[in-house]
Amino acid sequence: MDIDLMLKVYPFFLEAAWVTILLSVLTAILGLICGTLGAAARLSRFAVLRFLGAAYVSVFRGTPALIQLFILYFGGPQIGIQLDAFEAGVIGLGINAGAYMTETIRGAIIAIDKGQREAARTLGLSGWQATYRVILPQAARLMVRPLGVNLNMLIKATALVAAIAVVELTYTAQRYIGSTYKPFEMFLLAGVLYMIIIYVVGRGVAWLDRKVQIT
Amino acid sequence: MTEQTHFVEIRHAQKSFGTLEVLKDISLNVERGQIVGIIGSSGSGKSTLLRAINDLDPLTGGEIWLDGVQVNKTLPHRQYEKHINELRQHVGMVFQHFNLFPHMTARENVTMAPKMLKGLSQADADRLAEEQLDKVGMLERIDYYPSQLSGGQKQRVAIARALAMKPKLMLFDEATSALDPELVEEVNLVMKKLAEEHMTMIIVTHEMDFAASVCDRVLFMDKGVVVEEGPPSVLFKNPTQNRTREFLRKHIEGAS
Repeated sequence: MDIDLMLKVYPFFLEAAWVTILLSVLTAILGLICGTLGAAARLSRFAVLRFLGAAYVSVFRGTPALIQLFILYFGGPQIGIQLDAFEAGVIGLGINAGAYMTETIRGAIIAIDKGQREAARTLGLSGWQATYRVILPQAARLMVRPLGVNLNMLIKATALVAAIAVVELTYTAQRYIGSTYKPFEMFLLAGVLYMIIIYVVGRGVAWLDRKVQIT
Repeated sequence: MTEQTHFVEIRHAQKSFGTLEVLKDISLNVERGQIVGIIGSSGSGKSTLLRAINDLDPLTGGEIWLDGVQVNKTLPHRQYEKHINELRQHVGMVFQHFNLFPHMTARENVTMAPKMLKGLSQADADRLAEEQLDKVGMLERIDYYPSQLSGGQKQRVAIARALAMKPKLMLFDEATSALDPELVEEVNLVMKKLAEEHMTMIIVTHEMDFAASVCDRVLFMDKGVVVEEGPPSVLFKNPTQNRTREFLRKHIEGAS
């Protein structure tokens, strides 16, 4: 194993890791927005919204994220959607992550005992007041761990945007293989950096989970 | 529309879940300050009837009137929600499983609705919480979370939460059924105290002794109908219906 080479290219990988982190953060934000809207649609009292929410989940969980990215990035221009690779990466992965988060958020909400809503409504709260004052604060606590799992998957999925030439960790590793012919070292370096990112995020999620629990 | 003269008036209440008819043409009047007990085996429809009064389980037929206002009137969705939310502020409900909000302290459980719906200031809300929790003997635990309380204590906080809205009617849906036997008494005492203050109450219960001691009137329900009703002295001692006798024999022997 060529340790010297790894140390030499390491700063460039670190720079690429920041792109991966930025991609992950933006994807997570978009995913949370899509997931919240998706869950709201799936739990709506309107059948049309429930159908749209369910369709969103089954389409985006039912096809490979890579195909979704290709359709958006390569197919987009054909239907008038012009995005650069980074934008396509964030939007494609964000919408995909949102489909998983829809189910996470919905699951946490329906896990709250229905007596909670009844008690709130009995006091005179409206459906919406009961939701945001009684249901969501409890559901949010249940969501932290499973959303952490979604986040973990999402960070690893950012590697897919290498296929549309976003210069993040995986793409950087491939590029250095082209000039060094050392795939073992280059992919190992990328892998270690992914692991560090995911470890730190995992600790953060565990900390948040402990912090929000009811005494 | 006929003139409504009773405080609570249930006319020809009918309720079906699909093909299953759980309430069959029930009529019942309750006067202000009265305490009415509803007894019957599980599946008799007693909880469903109680839950129809504040529209948790809307009727499929018949009318419910409360203090001159029809509960289940026909209105467009938005207006109906507004009407029901307003009406529920005047009807306290206590559940078998307490349904306290676990993410709020006893104080917050009690003050949330008054603050949200009546715009009480924090100072007024705190005074209200102290007053209501004191009444149920829970003042010392005012800043405890539900998970730190026993079942009986939770139920007393739940009663304080309902009372904090200053309801004119209280509904009790098997308030002591989920409690360990040694915790039943503390909740019964709170309910007796309310009875002495002439709170109008409708109490669904499995406890015959308690019903006999606090209720002005007791209804025995079976299979979606009121089989027999009367003052507890008559209903418990000299029931006229076979079904009532059968039920009481099982329950009173089973209890002692």
